[in-house]
Amino acid sequence: MSPTRTLATAGRVLNQVRRDPRTIALLLVVPSLLIGLMAWIFVDTTTFEQVGPAMIALFPFVVMFLVTSITTLRERRSGTLERLLTMPMGKADYILGYALAFGLLAIVQSAIAAGLSLWLYGLEIVESAWLLLVVAIVDALLGCCLGLLASAFARTEFQVMQFMPVFIFPQILLGGILVPRDQLPEVLRAISDWMPLSYAVDAINAVSTGAEDAGYIWLRILIIAAFTVGSIVLGSLTLRRRTA
Amino acid sequence: MLNKSPAVQIGELTVVRGRTTALNDITLDVPAGHIVGLIGPSGCGKTTLMRAIVGVQRITSGRITVLGEAAGHRSLRSQIGYVTQAPSVYDDLSVRDNLRYFRRVLGAPASDVDRVIAQTGLGPQADSLAESLSGGQRSRASLAVALMGSPRLLVLDEPTVGLDPVLHNDLWDIFHRLRDAGMSIIVSSHVMDEASRCDGLVLLRDGRMLASGSPAALRERTGAASIEEAFIDLINEQSTGDTR
Repeated sequence: MSPTRTLATAGRVLNQVRRDPRTIALLLVVPSLLIGLMAWIFVDTTTFEQVGPAMIALFPFVVMFLVTSITTLRERRSGTLERLLTMPMGKADYILGYALAFGLLAIVQSAIAAGLSLWLYGLEIVESAWLLLVVAIVDALLGCCLGLLASAFARTEFQVMQFMPVFIFPQILLGGILVPRDQLPEVLRAISDWMPLSYAVDAINAVSTGAEDAGYIWLRILIIAAFTVGSIVLGSLTLRRRTA
Repeated sequence: MLNKSPAVQIGELTVVRGRTTALNDITLDVPAGHIVGLIGPSGCGKTTLMRAIVGVQRITSGRITVLGEAAGHRSLRSQIGYVTQAPSVYDDLSVRDNLRYFRRVLGAPASDVDRVIAQTGLGPQADSLAESLSGGQRSRASLAVALMGSPRLLVLDEPTVGLDPVLHNDLWDIFHRLRDAGMSIIVSSHVMDEASRCDGLVLLRDGRMLASGSPAALRERTGAASIEEAFIDLINEQSTGDTR
């Protein structure tokens, strides 16, 4: 492992993103706009109070997943990854460089989404805004690291898009956004226990309602972090210096 | 008197890919400080052989020693410059930003960026995005990356495809200068006229080595006027040998 190579990689990825205004807009602005749209749709009801927090977990997660998986897939396909692996570049340096770059973007994105939700869209939460921000950041990081992992199992951008209905939509349906998880049929409830997004929705709902104690929230943050670290480790195992 | 040990030693190398034998029992030495051309039609195994030397190809059997170490050894990663057939640079970064990144990965001195830009004649394009370059310019950008640091061996997969005759000449001048400075170079081509510019040749067909030796020796052996004719003579020689 080499901090120089990790930082060089993170800097290079950010430099690439910087040259692409559309991706910057998708990363930083679009999740907040979508949450604002939700707030507007439900402006005369109390529904936004109930689903608004979950949206802070959902939209950044999905956007980070998409952008990260396609960016890393492009690198795998363009030959630059193979070139890097013939150089003195550690696999961990490479993956951590990506995680660092997108992690920074995730922090900015989460801060914008959480800030606008609280101070513009009128979302009310019981726990502190800081805790909301921590959950949102960990959740966006999770989306980013799952994207890194997913790119290993796709050969084209089209195949990356196929992960959306297969892996992301079920997490949205079962994650407690439509129906609280404890009201799901038992089998579905058990399945949702294995889906990382469920814990993000649990945690962010707890932050907004204050129905659970701090230990409940931090345990969920830890579980999301474990999924994140797990996908970084699995992601670096998918990098092969020698191929057939 | 040549008393230097060979840059690359290959013994009984066989690579089976799926059901096809990409390389069949190849044994050859690449002398240090020489330009050795791998010549043969596309699909003959040139790229597989180069990948095996660089250490990114899974091999079925045989031995490859590169600069005194087993191919793919960690210590070789900063000593080999590898240029794949498709230019592997980041399209959304400028030539200079590409070089800056790879320089940090290689741990090469900062002055190398300007040195390789000058060597490959990319000065006027240094601040253009790689995607805006012509095919030949992108090839040179990819070559520039391989020249950074202090590689002792360059492995170049068809570096002159699609270049105009002037650039073609310029690149070969660079190769000759690098060789004169002591670098060993392995270069593949399916263009026979490049063969005469090499110090040694390896003729490949269908994964087998037809012959190896200096261009003059190969012509002499077959009594042919050109390398192209020598190649055809050798193929005929081999097929009569097969039917005997």
